Amino acid sequence: MDHSRNSKQLKQPNMKKSIVILLLSVISITAGAQSLYMTKAGKVSFNSRSSVEKIEADNNEVSSVINTQTGDMVFAILLKSFHFDRALMEEHFNENYVESDKFPKSTFKGKISNLSAINFTKDGNYPAVVEGDLTMHGVTKKVSSNGTLTVKAGKIAAYAKFSVKLKDFDISIPSLVADKISQDIDIIVDCKYDPKS
Amino acid sequence: MMKKTIMMLMLLSFALPRIYAQDDLMKMLDDDSKKTKKKNYATATFKTSRLINGHSIENVAPGVLDLKISHRFGMLNRGAYELFGLDQASMRIGLDYGISKRLMVGAGRSTYQKQYDAFAKFKILRQAQGGSPISVSAVSTVMLKTLKWDNISIKNYYTSRLSFAHQLIIARKFSDGLSLQLMPSFIHYNIAKNVTEPNDIFALGGGGRIKLNKRLSFNVEYYHVLPISIVTGENYRLAGTKNSLAVGFDIETGGHVFQLHFTNSTGMTEKTFITETTGDFFKGDVHFGFNVSRVFTIKTKKKK
Repeated sequence: MDHSRNSKQLKQPNMKKSIVILLLSVISITAGAQSLYMTKAGKVSFNSRSSVEKIEADNNEVSSVINTQTGDMVFAILLKSFHFDRALMEEHFNENYVESDKFPKSTFKGKISNLSAINFTKDGNYPAVVEGDLTMHGVTKKVSSNGTLTVKAGKIAAYAKFSVKLKDFDISIPSLVADKISQDIDIIVDCKYDPKS
Repeated sequence: MMKKTIMMLMLLSFALPRIYAQDDLMKMLDDDSKKTKKKNYATATFKTSRLINGHSIENVAPGVLDLKISHRFGMLNRGAYELFGLDQASMRIGLDYGISKRLMVGAGRSTYQKQYDAFAKFKILRQAQGGSPISVSAVSTVMLKTLKWDNISIKNYYTSRLSFAHQLIIARKFSDGLSLQLMPSFIHYNIAKNVTEPNDIFALGGGGRIKLNKRLSFNVEYYHVLPISIVTGENYRLAGTKNSLAVGFDIETGGHVFQLHFTNSTGMTEKTFITETTGDFFKGDVHFGFNVSRVFTIKTKKKK
Protein backbone atom coordinates (compact mmCIF):
# COMPACT_ATOMS: atom_id res chain seq x y z
CA MET A 1 0.00 0.00 0.00
CA ASP A 2 2.60 2.43 1.15
CA HIS A 3 4.73 1.65 -1.75
CA SER A 4 2.05 2.25 -4.26
CA ARG A 5 0.93 5.52 -2.69
CA ASN A 6 4.49 6.69 -2.76
CA SER A 7 4.88 6.04 -6.41
CA LYS A 8 1.63 7.82 -7.15
CA GLN A 9 2.84 10.87 -5.32
CA LEU A 10 6.02 10.76 -7.21
CA LYS A 11 4.27 10.66 -10.52
CA GLN A 12 1.69 13.33 -9.83
CA PRO A 13 3.68 16.46 -10.70
CA ASN A 14 4.84 14.83 -13.87
CA MET A 15 1.26 14.02 -14.80
CA LYS A 16 0.12 17.59 -14.22
CA LYS A 17 2.85 18.91 -16.43
CA SER A 18 1.99 16.54 -19.22
CA ILE A 19 -1.67 17.48 -19.03
CA VAL A 20 -0.79 21.14 -19.27
CA ILE A 21 1.44 20.50 -22.24
CA LEU A 22 -1.20 18.35 -23.81
CA LEU A 23 -3.77 21.06 -23.34
CA LEU A 24 -1.42 23.66 -24.75
CA SER A 25 -0.68 21.61 -27.79
CA VAL A 26 -4.37 20.95 -28.34
CA ILE A 27 -5.00 24.68 -28.12
CA SER A 28 -2.24 25.40 -30.57
CA ILE A 29 -3.63 22.78 -32.96
CA THR A 30 -7.07 24.31 -32.86
CA ALA A 31 -5.52 27.77 -33.19
CA GLY A 32 -3.70 26.52 -36.23
CA ALA A 33 -6.95 25.33 -37.73
CA GLN A 34 -8.76 28.54 -36.98
CA SER A 35 -6.10 30.59 -38.68
CA LEU A 36 -7.40 29.44 -42.05
CA TYR A 37 -10.16 31.41 -43.68
CA MET A 38 -11.64 30.35 -46.97
CA THR A 39 -14.12 31.31 -49.66
CA LYS A 40 -15.38 29.56 -52.78
CA ALA A 41 -17.61 32.40 -53.90
CA GLY A 42 -15.24 35.32 -53.90
CA LYS A 43 -15.73 38.03 -56.44
CA VAL A 44 -13.07 39.27 -58.83
CA SER A 45 -13.97 41.72 -61.56
CA PHE A 46 -11.95 43.60 -64.08
CA ASN A 47 -12.56 46.44 -66.44
CA SER A 48 -10.93 48.08 -69.36
CA ARG A 49 -11.78 51.67 -70.03
CA SER A 50 -10.82 53.08 -73.38
CA SER A 51 -12.17 56.17 -75.06
CA VAL A 52 -14.37 53.98 -77.28
CA GLU A 53 -15.58 51.10 -75.19
CA LYS A 54 -15.98 50.07 -71.57
CA ILE A 55 -15.49 46.38 -71.00
CA GLU A 56 -16.37 44.75 -67.69
CA ALA A 57 -16.44 41.18 -66.47
CA ASP A 58 -17.30 39.54 -63.18
CA ASN A 59 -16.34 36.22 -61.69
CA ASN A 60 -18.30 35.18 -58.60
CA GLU A 61 -16.74 31.76 -58.23
CA VAL A 62 -13.27 32.65 -57.05
CA SER A 63 -11.78 30.44 -54.37
CA SER A 64 -9.24 31.77 -51.95
CA VAL A 65 -7.61 30.99 -48.58
CA ILE A 66 -5.98 33.28 -46.03
CA ASN A 67 -3.70 31.97 -43.35
CA THR A 68 -3.87 34.64 -40.65
CA GLN A 69 -0.84 33.22 -38.83
CA THR A 70 1.59 33.42 -41.69
CA GLY A 71 -0.18 36.08 -43.74
CA ASP A 72 -0.28 33.80 -46.76
CA MET A 73 -3.04 34.52 -49.22
CA VAL A 74 -3.78 32.42 -52.29
CA PHE A 75 -6.41 32.69 -55.03
CA ALA A 76 -7.50 30.28 -57.78
CA ILE A 77 -9.59 31.75 -60.58
CA LEU A 78 -11.19 29.87 -63.47
CA LEU A 79 -11.08 32.18 -66.47
CA LYS A 80 -14.16 30.67 -68.09
CA SER A 81 -16.14 31.84 -65.06
CA PHE A 82 -15.69 35.48 -66.01
CA HIS A 83 -18.96 36.72 -67.42
CA PHE A 84 -19.37 39.69 -69.71
CA ASP A 85 -22.38 41.72 -70.77
CA ARG A 86 -21.88 40.66 -74.35
CA ALA A 87 -21.56 37.01 -75.29
CA LEU A 88 -19.16 37.81 -78.10
CA MET A 89 -16.80 39.61 -75.72
CA GLU A 90 -16.80 36.54 -73.52
CA GLU A 91 -16.02 34.30 -76.48
CA HIS A 92 -13.21 36.55 -77.65
CA PHE A 93 -11.82 36.84 -74.11
CA ASN A 94 -11.58 33.06 -73.82
CA GLU A 95 -10.58 32.33 -77.41
CA ASN A 96 -8.31 35.15 -78.43
CA TYR A 97 -6.94 36.84 -75.35
CA VAL A 98 -6.49 34.63 -72.29
CA GLU A 99 -6.76 31.35 -74.30
CA SER A 100 -8.62 29.64 -71.50
CA ASP A 101 -8.51 26.19 -73.07
CA LYS A 102 -4.73 26.32 -72.89
CA PHE A 103 -4.52 28.25 -69.61
CA PRO A 104 -7.78 27.52 -67.78
CA LYS A 105 -6.75 28.93 -64.42
CA SER A 106 -5.19 32.06 -63.08
CA THR A 107 -3.58 31.94 -59.65
CA PHE A 108 -2.20 34.34 -57.10
CA LYS A 109 0.19 33.31 -54.33
CA GLY A 110 0.98 36.13 -51.99
CA LYS A 111 1.59 37.38 -48.52
CA ILE A 112 0.21 40.14 -46.38
CA SER A 113 3.35 42.18 -45.82
CA ASN A 114 2.04 44.24 -42.88
CA LEU A 115 0.66 41.26 -40.99
CA SER A 116 1.69 42.60 -37.58
CA ALA A 117 -0.56 45.62 -38.05
CA ILE A 118 -3.64 43.46 -38.40
CA ASN A 119 -5.41 41.98 -35.41
CA PHE A 120 -7.58 39.17 -36.69
CA THR A 121 -9.15 38.69 -33.29
CA LYS A 122 -10.49 42.22 -33.06
CA ASP A 123 -13.25 43.64 -35.25
CA GLY A 124 -12.17 46.55 -37.43
CA ASN A 125 -10.93 47.80 -40.77
CA TYR A 126 -7.26 47.27 -41.41
CA PRO A 127 -5.35 48.67 -44.37
CA ALA A 128 -3.32 45.83 -45.82
CA VAL A 129 -0.54 45.46 -48.34
CA VAL A 130 -0.44 42.20 -50.28
CA GLU A 131 2.47 41.17 -52.47
CA GLY A 132 2.90 38.06 -54.51
CA ASP A 133 2.97 36.22 -57.81
CA LEU A 134 0.09 36.51 -60.23
CA THR A 135 0.00 33.78 -62.88
CA MET A 136 -2.13 34.27 -65.95
CA HIS A 137 -1.89 33.18 -69.60
CA GLY A 138 1.18 31.13 -68.64
CA VAL A 139 3.10 34.14 -67.34
CA THR A 140 3.98 34.81 -63.69
CA LYS A 141 4.52 38.38 -62.54
CA LYS A 142 5.08 40.03 -59.18
CA VAL A 143 2.21 42.28 -58.23
CA SER A 144 1.49 44.29 -55.16
CA SER A 145 -1.72 45.88 -54.04
CA ASN A 146 -3.09 48.03 -51.27
CA GLY A 147 -6.38 46.93 -49.88
CA THR A 148 -8.53 46.62 -46.83
CA LEU A 149 -9.12 43.68 -44.55
CA THR A 150 -12.27 43.91 -42.49
CA VAL A 151 -12.62 41.66 -39.47
CA LYS A 152 -16.15 41.28 -38.23
CA ALA A 153 -17.74 38.62 -36.04
CA GLY A 154 -15.07 36.04 -36.75
CA LYS A 155 -15.17 36.58 -40.51
CA ILE A 156 -12.82 38.40 -42.83
CA ALA A 157 -13.63 40.52 -45.85
CA ALA A 158 -10.89 41.51 -48.28
CA TYR A 159 -11.11 44.33 -50.78
CA ALA A 160 -8.40 45.44 -53.15
CA LYS A 161 -8.04 47.26 -56.41
CA PHE A 162 -4.97 47.16 -58.56
CA SER A 163 -3.93 47.42 -62.16
CA VAL A 164 -2.03 45.14 -64.52
CA LYS A 165 -0.67 45.64 -68.01
CA LEU A 166 -1.83 43.22 -70.69
CA LYS A 167 1.54 43.10 -72.37
CA ASP A 168 3.14 41.88 -69.11
CA PHE A 169 1.10 38.72 -69.53
CA ASP A 170 1.80 38.26 -73.26
CA ILE A 171 -1.74 39.23 -74.18
CA SER A 172 -1.63 41.14 -77.42
CA ILE A 173 -4.36 43.35 -78.78
CA PRO A 174 -4.69 43.44 -82.57
CA SER A 175 -4.31 46.91 -84.03
CA LEU A 176 -7.84 46.74 -85.40
CA VAL A 177 -9.35 46.88 -81.92
CA ALA A 178 -6.49 48.69 -80.19
CA ASP A 179 -8.61 51.75 -79.53
CA LYS A 180 -11.34 49.63 -77.92
CA ILE A 181 -9.27 47.74 -75.38
CA SER A 182 -7.12 49.50 -72.84
CA GLN A 183 -3.59 48.27 -72.14
CA ASP A 184 -4.17 48.81 -68.42
CA ILE A 185 -6.73 46.57 -66.81
CA ASP A 186 -8.15 47.40 -63.38
CA ILE A 187 -8.76 44.39 -61.20
CA ILE A 188 -11.08 44.52 -58.21
CA VAL A 189 -11.03 41.81 -55.56
CA ASP A 190 -13.97 41.54 -53.19
CA CYS A 191 -13.99 38.37 -51.10
CA LYS A 192 -15.71 37.32 -47.90
CA TYR A 193 -14.00 34.57 -45.98
CA ASP A 194 -15.40 32.15 -43.44
CA PRO A 195 -13.27 30.25 -40.94
CA LYS A 196 -12.31 26.95 -42.49
CA SER A 197 -13.81 24.08 -40.52
CA MET B 1 7.17 6.71 -22.87
CA MET B 2 5.32 9.74 -21.54
CA LYS B 3 8.22 12.02 -22.39
CA LYS B 4 8.24 10.74 -25.93
CA THR B 5 4.54 11.41 -26.42
CA ILE B 6 4.93 14.89 -25.00
CA MET B 7 7.84 15.56 -27.29
CA MET B 8 5.84 14.30 -30.24
CA LEU B 9 2.87 16.40 -29.34
CA MET B 10 5.04 19.47 -28.89
CA LEU B 11 6.72 18.90 -32.20
CA LEU B 12 3.35 18.43 -33.80
CA SER B 13 1.96 21.60 -32.29
CA PHE B 14 4.91 23.61 -33.60
CA ALA B 15 4.96 21.91 -36.94
CA LEU B 16 1.28 22.29 -37.61
CA PRO B 17 1.08 25.96 -38.62
CA ARG B 18 4.02 25.44 -40.92
CA ILE B 19 2.13 22.77 -42.88
CA TYR B 20 0.03 25.46 -44.47
CA ALA B 21 2.59 27.00 -46.78
CA GLN B 22 1.34 28.77 -49.90
CA ASP B 23 1.57 25.68 -52.06
CA ASP B 24 -0.43 23.67 -49.57
CA LEU B 25 -3.09 26.34 -49.52
CA MET B 26 -3.18 26.20 -53.32
CA LYS B 27 -3.49 22.43 -53.16
CA MET B 28 -6.35 22.85 -50.73
CA LEU B 29 -8.19 25.01 -53.29
CA ASP B 30 -7.45 22.54 -56.05
CA ASP B 31 -8.80 19.62 -54.05
CA ASP B 32 -11.84 21.63 -53.21
CA SER B 33 -12.52 22.58 -56.81
CA LYS B 34 -12.22 18.94 -57.81
CA LYS B 35 -15.00 18.09 -55.39
CA THR B 36 -17.37 20.64 -56.87
CA LYS B 37 -16.49 19.98 -60.48
CA LYS B 38 -17.93 22.40 -62.99
CA LYS B 39 -18.51 21.12 -66.51
CA ASN B 40 -16.13 22.69 -68.94
CA TYR B 41 -18.04 22.86 -72.22
CA ALA B 42 -16.26 23.16 -75.53
CA THR B 43 -16.82 26.65 -76.84
CA ALA B 44 -16.26 28.26 -80.22
CA THR B 45 -16.09 25.00 -82.19
CA PHE B 46 -16.72 27.25 -85.19
CA LYS B 47 -16.63 31.02 -85.49
CA THR B 48 -20.22 31.46 -86.53
CA SER B 49 -23.50 29.59 -86.90
CA ARG B 50 -22.83 28.72 -90.57
CA LEU B 51 -19.97 26.54 -91.75
CA ILE B 52 -20.20 27.90 -95.31
CA ASN B 53 -23.59 27.31 -96.96
CA GLY B 54 -25.10 25.22 -94.21
CA HIS B 55 -25.32 25.27 -90.46
CA SER B 56 -22.41 24.68 -88.11
CA ILE B 57 -22.83 23.37 -84.57
CA GLU B 58 -22.71 26.92 -83.21
CA ASN B 59 -25.71 28.89 -82.03
CA VAL B 60 -25.89 32.61 -81.51
CA ALA B 61 -25.82 33.40 -77.80
CA PRO B 62 -29.10 34.14 -76.02
CA GLY B 63 -30.25 37.69 -76.56
CA VAL B 64 -27.99 38.21 -79.55
CA LEU B 65 -29.25 39.16 -83.01
CA ASP B 66 -27.07 38.13 -85.93
CA LEU B 67 -27.58 39.89 -89.25
CA LYS B 68 -26.32 37.77 -92.10
CA ILE B 69 -25.84 38.98 -95.63
CA SER B 70 -24.69 36.33 -98.08
CA HIS B 71 -23.71 36.69 -101.72
CA ARG B 72 -22.82 34.22 -104.43
CA PHE B 73 -21.48 35.69 -107.61
CA GLY B 74 -21.83 33.99 -110.99
CA MET B 75 -19.62 31.14 -112.14
CA LEU B 76 -15.90 31.71 -112.57
CA ASN B 77 -15.75 29.86 -115.89
CA ARG B 78 -18.14 32.28 -117.60
CA GLY B 79 -15.14 34.27 -118.73
CA ALA B 80 -14.17 37.92 -118.93
CA TYR B 81 -17.45 38.99 -120.55
CA GLU B 82 -19.17 38.33 -117.21
CA LEU B 83 -16.04 39.39 -115.33
CA PHE B 84 -15.67 35.82 -114.13
CA GLY B 85 -19.09 35.82 -112.59
CA LEU B 86 -18.92 39.13 -110.78
CA ASP B 87 -21.66 40.58 -113.02
CA GLN B 88 -24.22 38.30 -111.43
CA ALA B 89 -25.20 37.81 -107.85
CA SER B 90 -27.48 35.62 -105.87
CA MET B 91 -28.06 36.79 -102.34
CA ARG B 92 -29.73 35.97 -99.06
CA ILE B 93 -30.38 38.37 -96.23
CA GLY B 94 -31.35 36.93 -92.90
CA LEU B 95 -31.67 37.47 -89.19
CA ASP B 96 -30.84 34.91 -86.51
CA TYR B 97 -31.72 35.27 -82.86
CA GLY B 98 -30.68 33.31 -79.77
CA ILE B 99 -33.66 32.55 -77.54
CA SER B 100 -31.85 30.47 -74.94
CA LYS B 101 -28.51 28.77 -74.48
CA ARG B 102 -29.79 25.87 -76.53
CA LEU B 103 -32.35 27.32 -78.92
CA MET B 104 -31.96 29.74 -81.79
CA VAL B 105 -34.28 30.72 -84.61
CA GLY B 106 -33.76 32.55 -87.87
CA ALA B 107 -35.41 33.65 -91.07
CA GLY B 108 -34.25 34.90 -94.41
CA ARG B 109 -35.07 35.83 -97.95
CA SER B 110 -33.11 34.72 -100.99
CA THR B 111 -33.19 36.19 -104.45
CA TYR B 112 -32.70 32.65 -105.80
CA GLN B 113 -36.21 31.32 -106.54
CA LYS B 114 -37.53 34.24 -104.45
CA GLN B 115 -37.43 32.05 -101.37
CA TYR B 116 -38.35 32.75 -97.79
CA ASP B 117 -36.89 30.44 -95.19
CA ALA B 118 -37.21 30.00 -91.47
CA PHE B 119 -35.46 27.62 -89.13
CA ALA B 120 -35.08 26.53 -85.54
CA LYS B 121 -31.91 24.98 -84.21
CA PHE B 122 -31.64 23.19 -80.90
CA LYS B 123 -28.55 21.98 -79.04
CA ILE B 124 -29.22 18.46 -77.84
CA LEU B 125 -25.79 17.56 -76.50
CA ARG B 126 -22.78 19.65 -75.67
CA GLN B 127 -19.20 18.46 -75.79
CA ALA B 128 -17.56 18.80 -72.39
CA GLN B 129 -14.34 17.87 -70.64
CA GLY B 130 -15.06 14.64 -68.78
CA GLY B 131 -18.50 14.60 -70.37
CA SER B 132 -19.82 14.02 -73.84
CA PRO B 133 -17.11 13.71 -76.50
CA ILE B 134 -19.37 15.29 -79.13
CA SER B 135 -21.94 18.02 -79.55
CA VAL B 136 -25.22 17.30 -81.29
CA SER B 137 -27.75 19.80 -82.62
CA ALA B 138 -30.93 19.47 -84.64
CA VAL B 139 -32.01 22.01 -87.27
CA SER B 140 -35.30 22.15 -89.08
CA THR B 141 -35.83 24.57 -91.93
CA VAL B 142 -38.93 25.38 -93.91
CA MET B 143 -38.51 27.01 -97.32
CA LEU B 144 -41.14 28.79 -99.35
CA LYS B 145 -40.52 29.34 -103.05
CA THR B 146 -42.51 32.34 -104.29
CA LEU B 147 -41.71 32.34 -108.01
CA LYS B 148 -44.77 32.69 -110.22
CA TRP B 149 -46.42 29.37 -111.04
CA ASP B 150 -44.98 27.57 -114.07
CA ASN B 151 -48.39 26.54 -115.27
CA ILE B 152 -51.37 28.72 -114.45
CA SER B 153 -53.81 26.61 -116.46
CA ILE B 154 -54.01 24.08 -113.60
CA LYS B 155 -55.05 24.58 -110.01
CA ASN B 156 -51.95 25.37 -107.96
CA TYR B 157 -51.84 24.89 -104.23
CA TYR B 158 -49.93 27.12 -101.86
CA THR B 159 -48.48 24.07 -100.10
CA SER B 160 -46.75 23.08 -103.33
CA ARG B 161 -44.37 25.97 -102.73
CA LEU B 162 -43.08 24.45 -99.51
CA SER B 163 -40.12 22.21 -98.86
CA PHE B 164 -38.49 21.13 -95.63
CA ALA B 165 -35.03 20.22 -94.43
CA HIS B 166 -34.20 18.35 -91.24
CA GLN B 167 -30.63 17.95 -90.17
CA LEU B 168 -28.64 16.56 -87.31
CA ILE B 169 -25.28 18.13 -86.70
CA ILE B 170 -22.72 16.03 -84.91
CA ALA B 171 -19.56 17.94 -84.14
CA ARG B 172 -16.37 17.63 -82.21
CA LYS B 173 -13.73 20.21 -81.43
CA PHE B 174 -10.65 18.01 -81.50
CA SER B 175 -8.30 20.82 -80.57
CA ASP B 176 -8.06 24.58 -80.75
CA GLY B 177 -7.05 24.20 -84.37
CA LEU B 178 -9.30 21.41 -85.62
CA SER B 179 -13.08 20.98 -85.53
CA LEU B 180 -15.07 18.49 -87.61
CA GLN B 181 -18.76 17.82 -88.08
CA LEU B 182 -21.14 15.41 -89.79
CA MET B 183 -24.58 16.46 -91.02
CA PRO B 184 -27.05 13.69 -91.83
CA SER B 185 -29.82 15.50 -93.72
CA PHE B 186 -33.29 14.83 -95.03
CA ILE B 187 -35.05 17.07 -97.56
CA HIS B 188 -38.72 16.86 -98.36
CA TYR B 189 -40.46 18.52 -101.31
CA ASN B 190 -44.22 18.81 -101.03
CA ILE B 191 -44.42 18.45 -104.78
CA ALA B 192 -42.11 16.79 -107.27
CA LYS B 193 -41.80 17.85 -110.91
CA ASN B 194 -42.75 14.47 -112.36
CA VAL B 195 -43.18 10.86 -111.34
CA THR B 196 -39.51 9.98 -111.46
CA GLU B 197 -38.37 12.94 -109.36
CA PRO B 198 -38.15 12.17 -105.64
CA ASN B 199 -40.09 13.99 -102.93
CA ASP B 200 -37.65 12.81 -100.29
CA ILE B 201 -33.89 13.11 -100.59
CA PHE B 202 -31.28 11.92 -98.11
CA ALA B 203 -27.79 13.35 -97.85
CA LEU B 204 -24.80 13.12 -95.58
CA GLY B 205 -22.75 16.24 -95.07
CA GLY B 206 -19.25 16.50 -93.71
CA GLY B 207 -17.10 19.48 -92.97
CA GLY B 208 -14.65 21.12 -90.70
CA ARG B 209 -12.22 23.87 -90.06
CA ILE B 210 -8.54 24.27 -89.53
CA LYS B 211 -7.63 27.41 -87.63
CA LEU B 212 -4.73 29.14 -89.30
CA ASN B 213 -4.40 31.75 -86.59
CA LYS B 214 -6.58 33.28 -83.89
CA ARG B 215 -8.72 35.19 -86.35
CA LEU B 216 -8.51 33.15 -89.54
CA SER B 217 -9.69 29.64 -90.31
CA PHE B 218 -9.92 27.44 -93.40
CA ASN B 219 -13.27 25.66 -93.85
CA VAL B 220 -14.54 22.83 -96.02
CA GLU B 221 -18.15 21.71 -96.43
CA TYR B 222 -19.46 18.85 -98.57
CA TYR B 223 -22.89 17.29 -98.94
CA HIS B 224 -23.20 13.86 -100.56
CA VAL B 225 -26.67 12.90 -101.76
CA LEU B 226 -27.24 9.32 -100.67
CA PRO B 227 -28.62 6.69 -103.08
CA ILE B 228 -31.70 6.02 -100.97
CA SER B 229 -35.14 6.25 -102.48
CA ILE B 230 -38.17 5.35 -100.45
CA VAL B 231 -40.49 5.02 -103.43
CA THR B 232 -39.52 2.44 -106.09
CA GLY B 233 -39.21 3.84 -109.56
CA GLU B 234 -38.14 7.27 -108.31
CA ASN B 235 -34.63 8.62 -108.64
CA TYR B 236 -32.74 9.24 -105.43
CA ARG B 237 -31.69 12.71 -106.56
CA LEU B 238 -33.01 15.47 -108.78
CA ALA B 239 -32.03 15.10 -112.43
CA GLY B 240 -28.80 16.78 -113.47
CA THR B 241 -27.68 17.73 -109.96
CA LYS B 242 -24.26 17.43 -108.38
CA ASN B 243 -23.08 17.21 -104.79
CA SER B 244 -22.40 20.52 -103.09
CA LEU B 245 -18.82 21.40 -102.25
CA ALA B 246 -17.54 24.59 -100.68
CA VAL B 247 -14.15 25.71 -99.45
CA GLY B 248 -13.43 29.02 -97.81
CA PHE B 249 -12.03 31.15 -95.05
CA ASP B 250 -13.54 32.65 -91.92
CA ILE B 251 -12.07 36.01 -91.00
CA GLU B 252 -13.05 37.44 -87.65
CA THR B 253 -12.76 41.12 -86.85
CA GLY B 254 -14.36 42.11 -83.55
CA GLY B 255 -18.13 42.05 -84.02
CA HIS B 256 -17.99 40.81 -87.63
CA VAL B 257 -17.23 37.47 -89.17
CA PHE B 258 -16.45 37.49 -92.89
CA GLN B 259 -16.67 34.20 -94.73
CA LEU B 260 -15.11 34.16 -98.18
CA HIS B 261 -15.51 31.01 -100.20
CA PHE B 262 -15.77 29.11 -103.46
CA THR B 263 -18.70 26.80 -104.05
CA ASN B 264 -20.57 25.09 -106.88
CA SER B 265 -23.93 25.92 -105.24
CA THR B 266 -25.95 28.97 -106.20
CA GLY B 267 -28.65 28.91 -103.54
CA MET B 268 -28.14 29.39 -99.82
CA THR B 269 -31.04 27.46 -98.36
CA GLU B 270 -30.74 23.78 -97.44
CA LYS B 271 -32.94 22.40 -100.20
CA THR B 272 -31.18 24.43 -102.87
CA PHE B 273 -27.57 23.72 -102.06
CA ILE B 274 -27.97 20.12 -100.90
CA THR B 275 -30.33 18.93 -103.64
CA GLU B 276 -30.39 21.49 -106.48
CA THR B 277 -26.71 22.20 -107.11
CA THR B 278 -25.99 21.84 -110.81
CA GLY B 279 -22.48 23.23 -111.10
CA ASP B 280 -19.51 20.92 -111.48
CA PHE B 281 -16.89 22.21 -109.08
CA PHE B 282 -13.98 20.66 -110.95
CA LYS B 283 -15.07 22.02 -114.34
CA GLY B 284 -14.99 25.56 -113.06
CA ASP B 285 -18.69 25.98 -112.29
CA VAL B 286 -17.59 27.75 -109.17
CA HIS B 287 -19.12 30.76 -107.52
CA PHE B 288 -17.05 33.13 -105.48
CA GLY B 289 -19.12 34.17 -102.50
CA PHE B 290 -19.14 35.70 -99.08
CA ASN B 291 -21.22 35.77 -95.93
CA VAL B 292 -21.01 38.74 -93.61
CA SER B 293 -22.21 38.28 -90.07
CA ARG B 294 -22.71 41.18 -87.69
CA VAL B 295 -23.96 40.56 -84.18
CA PHE B 296 -25.97 42.96 -82.05
CA THR B 297 -26.52 42.36 -78.37
CA ILE B 298 -30.22 42.99 -77.84
CA LYS B 299 -30.52 41.70 -74.32
CA THR B 300 -27.49 42.01 -72.08
CA LYS B 301 -26.94 39.46 -69.36
CA LYS B 302 -28.38 40.51 -66.07
CA LYS B 303 -25.70 41.89 -63.83
CA LYS B 304 -25.36 40.13 -60.49
